[in-house]
Amino acid sequence: MKTCLVVDDSSVIRKVARRILEDLDFEIFEAEDGKEALESCAAQMPDAVLLDWNMPVMDGLDFLMELRKLEGGANPKVIFCTTENDVAHIAKAIRAGANEYIMKPFDRDIVEAKLQEVGLI
Amino acid sequence: MTPQEYSFLQGFLKEKSGLVLSNDKQYLIESRLMPIARKAGLQTISELIGKLKGFGDRTLQTAVVEAMTTNESFFFRDKTPFEHFVDTIVPHLVETRKRGRVRIWCAAASTGQEPYSLAMSLKENASKLGGLSFEIIATDISHEVLEKAKAGFYSQFEVQRGLPVQLLLKYFTQHGEMWQIAPEIRSMVTYKPFNLLESFSAMGQFDVIFCRNVLIYFDQATKTDIMQRLAKQMPDDGYLLLGAAETVVGLTDAFQAVPGKRGLYCNARGAAGKTASPTQPKIAVGQSAQSNFGSRALGAGQTVAKPSVFSSSRLSSIPGGRK
Ligand SMILES: C[S@@+](CC[C@H](N)C(=O)[O-])C[C@H]1O[C@@H](n2cnc3c(N)ncnc32)[C@H](O)[C@@H]1O
Repeated sequence: MKTCLVVDDSSVIRKVARRILEDLDFEIFEAEDGKEALESCAAQMPDAVLLDWNMPVMDGLDFLMELRKLEGGANPKVIFCTTENDVAHIAKAIRAGANEYIMKPFDRDIVEAKLQEVGLI
Repeated sequence: MTPQEYSFLQGFLKEKSGLVLSNDKQYLIESRLMPIARKAGLQTISELIGKLKGFGDRTLQTAVVEAMTTNESFFFRDKTPFEHFVDTIVPHLVETRKRGRVRIWCAAASTGQEPYSLAMSLKENASKLGGLSFEIIATDISHEVLEKAKAGFYSQFEVQRGLPVQLLLKYFTQHGEMWQIAPEIRSMVTYKPFNLLESFSAMGQFDVIFCRNVLIYFDQATKTDIMQRLAKQMPDDGYLLLGAAETVVGLTDAFQAVPGKRGLYCNARGAAGKTASPTQPKIAVGQSAQSNFGSRALGAGQTVAKPSVFSSSRLSSIPGGRK
């Protein structure tokens, strides 16, 4: 079973994402901010990360840059999932090593399409 | 709406667009046609149907036909057709055409995602196109969707289904909540209103035809008729791409599935021995070759008339084909 780490400070978003991803046969881990997410990745690298941008403690972009430095940290497919929906943010995320980008609000079709895009389904 | 009115509407839609409306679509008619009725100052669907009768109101007829079509589309829909295009079709064309113009037809283009996906594929693979130039003709029965396609504006939702984010960054500009596809991509596609029930003779020849997710709305005879006529619009080595839920199997022998390539079909004239002449086959329109053979014994004269379509081994396997 493929694994996905859902990183978002909103428990509602995590719950929605969990429901969609479980439906798509992923095993889910959750983190509330970038720091927690890094710890989770250090313990076990997921196949995918669904990543919010604005979070307390450590934001999504900083997490991504730290993740890519970890051993095995190049492997997870990182999909941003954020309300930041302008070209500048998207380009910045891609430059930092994000594989895909979801602009909120999202639904099942979009999550599925993006997971297909990164080759996980 | 009375049962008589419902069946009038069924006949009307089938005649005008090919759409087969099953008997359980009352709700769909209400939701799609009530806005048209109101706009025309009419109170009920029954009044609207009254207006459709006879040769009356052309504008109203068009509005009703367009409202009943399903226009859903997305970029790189099902992905594989576009992979087949880049990995199989383009190399074949580069190999066989050397130079010259390749013509591609999106025969139910809807809001433009399909032709624009092809145009972006071409741009992304510019170095692999040899000396070929490409023309993309995109048609649809609905004027409304074509206007949207030409403008090239897509919602945030639409640009996230099937479009890789790199291509979004590269080929779109953001206007608030909407994204517009670049002029360099838009200019690669020519849009025209066209009804697939009409004669294709003015369309010319195409090397590749995308006819995706439209035949599913038609009955068998209409599907067969359209596919047989499409085959005549291509050279012997032409390719047809159908939607994921569509097939030629049991409908026509004019195309053959390309093994291992889901949704990709090649012209049977080219597939069956490469000796075919471009003017054949002479299969009666609206009648599949299968049923043609199945329904009566095949005389020697007929085998001679269609030599390029059926290899002799296939003929002998058809009951009553050759005694
Ligand atoms: C579901 S869309 C398919 C769009 C695109 N090919 C795809 O696969 O995503 C079907 C389109 O077929 C068009 N259509 C329906 N009947 C037609 C006809 N008789 N001639 C031409 N287009 C037709 C509709 O207007 C609609 O835009």
